[in-house]
Amino acid sequence: MTAVPVSWFLTLSAVLFVLGVCGFLFRRNIITVFMSIELMLNAVNLTFITFSYQLKQVNGHLFAFFVMVVAAAEAAVGLAIILTVFKNRNTLNIDEVNSMKN
Amino acid sequence: MQLWLIPILPLAGFVINGVFGRRFSKGLVGSVAIGSVVLAFAWALRVILALGDLNTPHVEHYFTWIQSGIVNIGCDFAVDRLTAVMLMVVTGIGSLIHIYATGYMAHEHGPNFGGYYRFFAYLNLFMFFMLTLVLAANYLVLFVGWEGVGLCSYLLIGFYFDKKFATNAGNKAFIVNRIGDFGFSLAMFLILINFKSLDFGTVFGQTAGASPTVLTTIGLLLLVGACGKSAQLPLYVWLPDAMAGPTPVSALIHAATMVTAGVYMCARSFPIYAHAPDALHAIALIGIVTACFAASIGLAQNDIKKVFAYSTVSQLGYMFVGVGCGAYSAGIFHLMTHAFFKALLFLGSGSVIHALSGEQDMRNMGGLRSKIPWTFGTMMCAALAISGFPFTSGFFSKDSILIAAYSYAPWMYWVGVITAGMTAFYVFRAMFMTFFGTYRGHEHPHESPPVMYLPLVVLAALSLGGGFIPIPEFLKQFFPPSLIEENFTLMAISVAFGLGGIGLAYVMYVLKPGMADSLAGSVKGLYTLVYNKYFVDEIYDAAVVRPLVSGSRTVLWKTLDAGLIDGIVNGVGTMSRSVGSLLRLPQSGNIRSYASWVLLGSVIVIVTVVGILGGVK
Repeated sequence: MTAVPVSWFLTLSAVLFVLGVCGFLFRRNIITVFMSIELMLNAVNLTFITFSYQLKQVNGHLFAFFVMVVAAAEAAVGLAIILTVFKNRNTLNIDEVNSMKN
Repeated sequence: MQLWLIPILPLAGFVINGVFGRRFSKGLVGSVAIGSVVLAFAWALRVILALGDLNTPHVEHYFTWIQSGIVNIGCDFAVDRLTAVMLMVVTGIGSLIHIYATGYMAHEHGPNFGGYYRFFAYLNLFMFFMLTLVLAANYLVLFVGWEGVGLCSYLLIGFYFDKKFATNAGNKAFIVNRIGDFGFSLAMFLILINFKSLDFGTVFGQTAGASPTVLTTIGLLLLVGACGKSAQLPLYVWLPDAMAGPTPVSALIHAATMVTAGVYMCARSFPIYAHAPDALHAIALIGIVTACFAASIGLAQNDIKKVFAYSTVSQLGYMFVGVGCGAYSAGIFHLMTHAFFKALLFLGSGSVIHALSGEQDMRNMGGLRSKIPWTFGTMMCAALAISGFPFTSGFFSKDSILIAAYSYAPWMYWVGVITAGMTAFYVFRAMFMTFFGTYRGHEHPHESPPVMYLPLVVLAALSLGGGFIPIPEFLKQFFPPSLIEENFTLMAISVAFGLGGIGLAYVMYVLKPGMADSLAGSVKGLYTLVYNKYFVDEIYDAAVVRPLVSGSRTVLWKTLDAGLIDGIVNGVGTMSRSVGSLLRLPQSGNIRSYASWVLLGSVIVIVTVVGILGGVK
């Protein structure tokens, strides 16, 4: 049952997280960036669940659910924003969405 | 008895003329101004008659003004015998001068065509403050009036505010008076600390038991205030310049009423001075020195108003001598007679100036006797009175002061009679230069209208007969008794000096008109000194004004204000801007750069926690 060691889970989680960060930093499409954020959230969720499982405590699960709820809400709001941005500007390039500065 | 009505009436005049005067005709403005003052005079008269013998002051309390700790100051008015005399002088002379002024200012438009009503509004405001000063039952209310008349004096000296010299003169009067008021304020603080009250009655009731040092200090500080307001040495310099105002102002404020406030205040404070002989001595000393000093300057002035201005300073000196010698009633008596004849001299000179369309230099006058007979006749009465011609008003009051001075210190008497001689000389010099000889000017003189010369006639009657008003008798119970016995010899000597002065002036300016110039030429140094008023203005300018101005400019302005204060304020601004411009750099508006910053921050935190601190325990 415990054939898979904890470090593998954590490594996978770290890899997913770094992938998310890289996607966030290097991709220009807003939807991709948005998906990268989701990826980071899920990487964190995996870490929570791993530790919860290893320490036999329910706290980690709880946090994972919270994160899911927030992620769902964020997805709703975020997608709405993306839609509006696209409607107004006809672009999904994140470098062109900088009207706060200019 | 509604004492408050007396000052409120002129205040109402001020408000009406000040607010609506622009829309009123000149006649209406004049009627409001004159009416308010005449009504105040009538009401004052009624109050005084109704109050009977006035042996005890009649005090009216209106409301508590300041209450804090030991300080309990009410807005109180009081009438006693001294106030009664002052009320009559202020409202009486004030009424006459208001009437005169409607004629004198008739051609006045002034800057922005508002001169006429502005003038009468200020004049009424002055009456309000002067009556407050006179009626006050404590030092603070007196001080309100004191400052208020100073304000009106400033406003009226600078009445022709489009002329630089007039505004300068106004500023000078105001600033010099601040020095005196500083002394007065300190005196009030001392009184409040030592007697826990500013009410005249309460304070004067405690003077007998107070320490003489404190009383002397208070007395001297009050004297500083009086010196400022009443133009005594060394603070007299503002009064001659104050002649920049219209002539009725010179007559009302700078001859008859306001400048006598210092004398009134010293006489009012006699219970303090009674226990402070040193302070009293200082009053007498300053008075006699000022009297002689100012009279000598008056000898060589050519501006007709300047002559009378120095004469006013000199006569105020006489009043101070009277007060300082303990002959308070003589001082107040001279205050009253001086108000008559000096107001007349000023109004007369105003009439001359009016007749000559603004000419003030006596060298351009002469021979006006037949051209403006009313002015000449009335002014002659005043000139006789101020010279102490027997049985005129000045004769009685000046003699009672001189006799008191003789019993106080004989040398003061002798300085006083020499001053009396000089007074007679310069006044008659002015009279002869103006009215005798041949006319040297170019204007066509015309007699003033009746509205101007009728007040002159009333004042002339008062100047001649005012000495028979029994003021010394009236004030006898009010002031402590002074041991003055009639002394025929002393009286004869002073009259002789006065007549001698008149005679000398007659010889020098009528019989041998060239004599004055040759005499001036033979003592050239002395003449230059006197002609330039002993260079007092220049000395003050070099010793006080310039160091103050340059010190203010270099230290206060350039160093403290521009350097330190502006430096701090500007420094805060500059610093915020530079910090802000630095902080603005990371705010690129680019989401991915923000993400990079977040990543960098996280890496730094992790490296710090794990690598340097050795992980989370």
